[in-house]
Amino acid sequence: MEFLVGHYNYWVVVFLMMLGFYVVISRTHMVKVLVGLSVFQTSVFIFYISLGKIRGGTAPILIDGPAVYSNPLTSVLILTAIVVSIATTALGLALVVRINEAYGTVDEEEIDAIERADEAAVLEAR
Amino acid sequence: MTEFVDVALLALLAVTGLALLKLRNLFAVVILSGIYSLLSAGLFVTMDAPDVAFTESAVGLGVSTVLMLGALALVGHEEKKPTRPRVLPLAVVILTGAILLYGMADVPPFGDPNNPIHQHVTPRYLEEMPEEIEVPNVVSAVLASYRSYDTMGETTVIFAAGVGVLLLLAGRRRRGQDEEEPGE
Repeated sequence: MEFLVGHYNYWVVVFLMMLGFYVVISRTHMVKVLVGLSVFQTSVFIFYISLGKIRGGTAPILIDGPAVYSNPLTSVLILTAIVVSIATTALGLALVVRINEAYGTVDEEEIDAIERADEAAVLEAR
Repeated sequence: MTEFVDVALLALLAVTGLALLKLRNLFAVVILSGIYSLLSAGLFVTMDAPDVAFTESAVGLGVSTVLMLGALALVGHEEKKPTRPRVLPLAVVILTGAILLYGMADVPPFGDPNNPIHQHVTPRYLEEMPEEIEVPNVVSAVLASYRSYDTMGETTVIFAAGVGVLLLLAGRRRRGQDEEEPGE
Protein backbone atom coordinates (compact mmCIF):
# COMPACT_ATOMS: atom_id res chain seq x y z
CA MET A 1 0.00 0.00 0.00
CA GLU A 2 2.81 2.37 0.93
CA PHE A 3 4.47 1.47 -2.36
CA LEU A 4 1.30 2.35 -4.30
CA VAL A 5 0.82 5.69 -2.51
CA GLY A 6 4.52 6.60 -2.62
CA HIS A 7 4.54 6.24 -6.39
CA TYR A 8 1.18 7.97 -6.99
CA ASN A 9 2.77 10.76 -9.06
CA TYR A 10 4.53 8.23 -11.27
CA TRP A 11 1.40 6.15 -11.93
CA VAL A 12 -0.49 9.26 -13.03
CA VAL A 13 2.48 10.34 -15.15
CA VAL A 14 2.43 7.01 -17.00
CA PHE A 15 -1.33 7.37 -17.54
CA LEU A 16 -0.98 10.90 -18.95
CA MET A 17 1.98 9.88 -21.08
CA MET A 18 0.07 6.99 -22.62
CA LEU A 19 -2.97 9.23 -23.12
CA GLY A 20 -0.85 11.66 -25.13
CA PHE A 21 0.77 8.80 -27.04
CA TYR A 22 -2.66 7.34 -27.87
CA VAL A 23 -3.87 10.71 -29.19
CA VAL A 24 -0.74 10.97 -31.35
CA ILE A 25 -1.07 7.55 -32.97
CA SER A 26 -4.85 7.16 -33.20
CA ARG A 27 -6.24 10.60 -34.17
CA THR A 28 -6.18 11.90 -37.71
CA HIS A 29 -6.62 15.69 -37.34
CA MET A 30 -3.06 17.03 -37.26
CA VAL A 31 -3.69 19.84 -34.76
CA LYS A 32 -5.11 17.26 -32.37
CA VAL A 33 -2.01 15.14 -32.86
CA LEU A 34 0.10 18.16 -31.83
CA VAL A 35 -2.10 18.66 -28.75
CA GLY A 36 -1.48 15.00 -27.89
CA LEU A 37 2.24 15.54 -28.32
CA SER A 38 2.16 18.47 -25.90
CA VAL A 39 0.21 16.37 -23.36
CA PHE A 40 2.97 13.76 -23.67
CA GLN A 41 5.67 16.39 -23.20
CA THR A 42 3.98 17.92 -20.15
CA SER A 43 3.74 14.49 -18.54
CA VAL A 44 7.51 14.13 -18.94
CA PHE A 45 7.94 17.52 -17.25
CA ILE A 46 5.78 16.36 -14.33
CA PHE A 47 7.87 13.19 -14.06
CA TYR A 48 11.14 15.12 -13.82
CA ILE A 49 9.84 17.67 -11.33
CA SER A 50 8.42 14.82 -9.20
CA LEU A 51 11.88 13.24 -9.11
CA GLY A 52 13.41 16.49 -7.81
CA LYS A 53 10.91 17.10 -5.01
CA ILE A 54 11.95 16.50 -1.41
CA ARG A 55 9.14 16.10 1.10
CA GLY A 56 9.22 19.07 3.52
CA GLY A 57 11.69 20.89 1.28
CA THR A 58 11.35 24.35 -0.19
CA ALA A 59 12.02 25.94 -3.57
CA PRO A 60 15.77 26.17 -4.33
CA ILE A 61 16.05 29.91 -3.63
CA LEU A 62 18.61 30.42 -0.89
CA ILE A 63 17.39 31.83 2.41
CA ASP A 64 19.22 32.63 5.66
CA GLY A 65 19.32 29.81 8.14
CA PRO A 66 19.06 26.07 7.68
CA ALA A 67 16.64 24.80 5.06
CA VAL A 68 16.07 21.73 2.91
CA TYR A 69 16.01 22.64 -0.78
CA SER A 70 14.39 20.56 -3.47
CA ASN A 71 16.61 19.61 -6.38
CA PRO A 72 17.28 22.59 -8.70
CA LEU A 73 18.74 20.50 -11.54
CA THR A 74 15.43 18.99 -12.64
CA SER A 75 13.96 22.49 -12.82
CA VAL A 76 16.83 23.64 -15.00
CA LEU A 77 16.44 20.70 -17.38
CA ILE A 78 12.70 21.19 -17.66
CA LEU A 79 12.98 24.94 -18.26
CA THR A 80 15.06 24.12 -21.32
CA ALA A 81 12.63 21.37 -22.35
CA ILE A 82 9.58 23.66 -22.11
CA VAL A 83 11.17 26.23 -24.39
CA VAL A 84 12.19 23.55 -26.88
CA SER A 85 8.66 22.11 -26.79
CA ILE A 86 7.15 25.42 -27.86
CA ALA A 87 9.67 25.53 -30.71
CA THR A 88 8.58 22.07 -31.93
CA THR A 89 4.90 22.99 -31.56
CA ALA A 90 5.34 26.18 -33.56
CA LEU A 91 7.21 24.38 -36.34
CA GLY A 92 4.61 21.59 -36.35
CA LEU A 93 1.76 24.08 -36.65
CA ALA A 94 3.52 25.88 -39.50
CA LEU A 95 3.83 22.50 -41.29
CA VAL A 96 0.13 21.84 -40.66
CA VAL A 97 -0.81 25.19 -42.21
CA ARG A 98 1.41 24.42 -45.20
CA ILE A 99 -0.10 20.91 -45.60
CA ASN A 100 -3.57 22.43 -45.45
CA GLU A 101 -2.58 24.71 -48.29
CA ALA A 102 -1.24 21.87 -50.45
CA TYR A 103 -4.07 19.36 -49.86
CA GLY A 104 -7.00 21.46 -48.65
CA THR A 105 -7.33 19.26 -45.56
CA VAL A 106 -5.32 18.33 -42.48
CA ASP A 107 -6.96 14.95 -41.96
CA GLU A 108 -4.43 12.15 -42.41
CA GLU A 109 -6.94 9.72 -43.92
CA GLU A 110 -8.15 12.25 -46.48
CA ILE A 111 -4.57 13.06 -47.42
CA ASP A 112 -3.94 9.32 -47.85
CA ALA A 113 -6.96 9.08 -50.13
CA ILE A 114 -5.82 12.06 -52.21
CA GLU A 115 -2.34 10.56 -52.55
CA ARG A 116 -3.73 7.20 -53.65
CA ALA A 117 -6.04 8.86 -56.18
CA ASP A 118 -3.07 10.81 -57.57
CA GLU A 119 -1.01 7.66 -57.90
CA ALA A 120 -3.83 5.85 -59.66
CA ALA A 121 -4.24 8.78 -62.07
CA VAL A 122 -0.51 8.72 -62.87
CA LEU A 123 -0.61 4.96 -63.53
CA GLU A 124 -3.63 5.34 -65.77
CA ALA A 125 -1.99 8.12 -67.78
CA ARG A 126 0.85 5.75 -68.65
CA MET B 1 -2.25 19.56 2.79
CA THR B 2 0.41 19.64 0.05
CA GLU B 3 -0.22 15.93 -0.54
CA PHE B 4 -3.94 16.61 -0.94
CA VAL B 5 -3.31 19.39 -3.49
CA ASP B 6 -0.89 17.10 -5.31
CA VAL B 7 -3.40 14.24 -5.51
CA ALA B 8 -6.25 16.56 -6.52
CA LEU B 9 -4.27 18.32 -9.26
CA LEU B 10 -3.03 15.04 -10.74
CA ALA B 11 -6.59 13.67 -10.75
CA LEU B 12 -7.81 16.83 -12.49
CA LEU B 13 -5.01 16.45 -15.04
CA ALA B 14 -6.15 12.91 -15.79
CA VAL B 15 -9.78 14.05 -16.21
CA THR B 16 -8.75 16.94 -18.47
CA GLY B 17 -6.67 14.55 -20.54
CA LEU B 18 -9.59 12.15 -21.01
CA ALA B 19 -11.94 15.00 -22.02
CA LEU B 20 -9.31 16.16 -24.49
CA LEU B 21 -9.19 12.68 -26.02
CA LYS B 22 -12.98 12.43 -26.37
CA LEU B 23 -13.90 15.88 -27.72
CA ARG B 24 -14.15 16.41 -31.47
CA ASN B 25 -14.40 20.21 -31.52
CA LEU B 26 -10.77 21.28 -31.80
CA PHE B 27 -11.36 24.72 -30.27
CA ALA B 28 -12.51 23.00 -27.08
CA VAL B 29 -9.53 20.64 -27.27
CA VAL B 30 -7.05 23.52 -27.54
CA ILE B 31 -8.64 25.38 -24.61
CA LEU B 32 -8.54 22.13 -22.60
CA SER B 33 -4.85 21.77 -23.40
CA GLY B 34 -4.41 25.31 -21.99
CA ILE B 35 -6.22 24.21 -18.83
CA TYR B 36 -3.98 21.14 -18.74
CA SER B 37 -0.90 23.41 -18.82
CA LEU B 38 -2.33 25.63 -16.07
CA LEU B 39 -3.01 22.62 -13.84
CA SER B 40 0.48 21.30 -14.39
CA ALA B 41 1.89 24.77 -13.55
CA GLY B 42 0.00 24.59 -10.24
CA LEU B 43 1.46 21.16 -9.68
CA PHE B 44 4.98 22.51 -10.30
CA VAL B 45 4.43 25.13 -7.59
CA THR B 46 3.49 22.45 -5.05
CA MET B 47 6.59 20.52 -6.10
CA ASP B 48 8.95 23.45 -5.34
CA ALA B 49 9.65 24.44 -8.94
CA PRO B 50 8.25 28.00 -9.24
CA ASP B 51 10.52 28.85 -12.19
CA VAL B 52 9.13 25.95 -14.16
CA ALA B 53 5.60 26.98 -13.20
CA PHE B 54 6.16 30.50 -14.52
CA THR B 55 7.56 29.22 -17.78
CA GLU B 56 4.85 26.59 -18.21
CA SER B 57 2.04 29.09 -17.63
CA ALA B 58 3.60 31.66 -19.96
CA VAL B 59 4.64 29.25 -22.70
CA GLY B 60 2.32 26.25 -22.37
CA LEU B 61 -0.81 28.17 -21.43
CA GLY B 62 -0.14 31.44 -23.24
CA VAL B 63 1.97 31.13 -26.35
CA SER B 64 1.13 27.60 -27.45
CA THR B 65 -2.64 28.12 -26.98
CA VAL B 66 -2.49 31.30 -29.07
CA LEU B 67 -0.44 29.53 -31.78
CA MET B 68 -2.84 26.57 -31.89
CA LEU B 69 -5.91 28.82 -32.07
CA GLY B 70 -4.25 30.73 -34.90
CA ALA B 71 -3.54 27.51 -36.77
CA LEU B 72 -7.11 26.28 -36.20
CA ALA B 73 -8.50 29.50 -37.66
CA LEU B 74 -6.61 28.62 -40.86
CA VAL B 75 -7.24 24.86 -41.11
CA GLY B 76 -10.73 24.32 -39.66
CA HIS B 77 -11.69 22.88 -36.30
CA GLU B 78 -13.92 19.85 -36.82
CA GLU B 79 -12.31 16.46 -36.31
CA LYS B 80 -13.85 13.72 -38.46
CA LYS B 81 -14.70 10.31 -37.12
CA PRO B 82 -11.82 8.00 -38.06
CA THR B 83 -12.77 5.07 -40.24
CA ARG B 84 -9.72 2.94 -39.42
CA PRO B 85 -10.08 0.51 -36.54
CA ARG B 86 -8.17 1.65 -33.46
CA VAL B 87 -7.27 -1.73 -32.03
CA LEU B 88 -3.60 -1.57 -33.01
CA PRO B 89 -2.88 1.87 -31.46
CA LEU B 90 -4.67 0.81 -28.28
CA ALA B 91 -2.63 -2.40 -28.09
CA VAL B 92 0.63 -0.50 -28.64
CA VAL B 93 -0.30 2.03 -25.95
CA ILE B 94 -1.30 -0.62 -23.41
CA LEU B 95 1.89 -2.59 -24.03
CA THR B 96 4.10 0.51 -23.73
CA GLY B 97 2.20 1.61 -20.62
CA ALA B 98 2.69 -1.80 -19.00
CA ILE B 99 6.43 -1.67 -19.66
CA LEU B 100 6.62 1.88 -18.26
CA LEU B 101 4.67 0.88 -15.14
CA TYR B 102 7.04 -2.02 -14.64
CA GLY B 103 9.98 0.39 -14.94
CA MET B 104 8.38 3.00 -12.68
CA ALA B 105 8.17 0.44 -9.88
CA ASP B 106 11.96 0.70 -9.60
CA VAL B 107 11.94 4.51 -9.27
CA PRO B 108 12.77 5.51 -5.67
CA PRO B 109 9.75 6.68 -3.62
CA PHE B 110 8.46 10.22 -4.17
CA GLY B 111 9.95 12.96 -1.97
CA ASP B 112 12.55 10.90 -0.12
CA PRO B 113 15.64 13.06 0.66
CA ASN B 114 17.89 9.97 0.36
CA ASN B 115 17.06 9.38 -3.29
CA PRO B 116 20.17 9.00 -5.47
CA ILE B 117 19.26 12.08 -7.51
CA HIS B 118 19.90 14.32 -4.48
CA GLN B 119 23.30 12.83 -3.57
CA HIS B 120 25.48 13.89 -6.47
CA VAL B 121 26.24 17.28 -8.13
CA THR B 122 23.29 19.08 -6.47
CA PRO B 123 24.91 19.40 -3.00
CA ARG B 124 27.96 20.90 -4.66
CA TYR B 125 25.84 23.56 -6.39
CA LEU B 126 23.91 24.32 -3.20
CA GLU B 127 27.05 24.66 -1.08
CA GLU B 128 29.42 26.51 -3.40
CA MET B 129 26.94 28.67 -5.28
CA PRO B 130 26.53 31.55 -2.77
CA GLU B 131 30.25 32.36 -3.05
CA GLU B 132 30.64 31.63 -6.75
CA ILE B 133 27.61 33.27 -8.32
CA GLU B 134 26.03 35.45 -5.63
CA VAL B 135 22.48 35.00 -6.90
CA PRO B 136 19.97 33.57 -4.41
CA ASN B 137 18.01 31.60 -7.03
CA VAL B 138 19.91 28.35 -7.65
CA VAL B 139 17.89 27.52 -10.78
CA SER B 140 18.82 30.81 -12.46
CA ALA B 141 22.44 30.41 -11.39
CA VAL B 142 22.73 26.93 -12.93
CA LEU B 143 20.77 27.88 -16.03
CA ALA B 144 22.55 31.13 -16.85
CA SER B 145 25.99 30.57 -15.38
CA TYR B 146 27.11 26.98 -14.76
CA ARG B 147 25.25 25.57 -17.77
CA SER B 148 25.03 28.68 -19.92
CA TYR B 149 26.32 26.82 -22.97
CA ASP B 150 23.23 24.62 -22.79
CA THR B 151 21.09 27.73 -22.73
CA MET B 152 22.95 29.05 -25.77
CA GLY B 153 22.25 25.74 -27.53
CA GLU B 154 18.61 26.13 -26.60
CA THR B 155 18.61 29.60 -28.19
CA THR B 156 19.97 28.00 -31.36
CA VAL B 157 17.05 25.56 -31.37
CA ILE B 158 14.58 28.43 -31.01
CA PHE B 159 16.32 30.33 -33.79
CA ALA B 160 16.23 27.30 -36.10
CA ALA B 161 12.54 26.77 -35.35
CA GLY B 162 11.82 30.45 -35.97
CA VAL B 163 13.60 30.38 -39.31
CA GLY B 164 11.72 27.19 -40.22
CA VAL B 165 8.35 28.74 -39.40
CA LEU B 166 9.19 31.88 -41.35
CA LEU B 167 10.30 29.88 -44.40
CA LEU B 168 7.17 27.73 -44.34
CA LEU B 169 4.78 30.64 -43.92
CA ALA B 170 6.58 33.23 -46.09
CA GLY B 171 5.97 31.04 -49.14
CA ARG B 172 2.32 31.00 -48.20
CA ARG B 173 1.97 34.78 -48.54
CA ARG B 174 3.76 34.82 -51.91
CA ARG B 175 1.70 32.01 -53.35
CA GLY B 176 -1.45 33.67 -52.07
CA GLN B 177 -0.60 36.78 -54.09
CA ASP B 178 0.22 34.75 -57.21
CA GLU B 179 -3.11 33.04 -57.07
CA GLU B 180 -4.98 36.25 -56.59
CA GLU B 181 -3.31 38.15 -59.41
CA PRO B 182 -4.64 36.19 -62.43
CA GLY B 183 -8.19 36.65 -61.16
CA GLU B 184 -7.92 40.40 -60.96
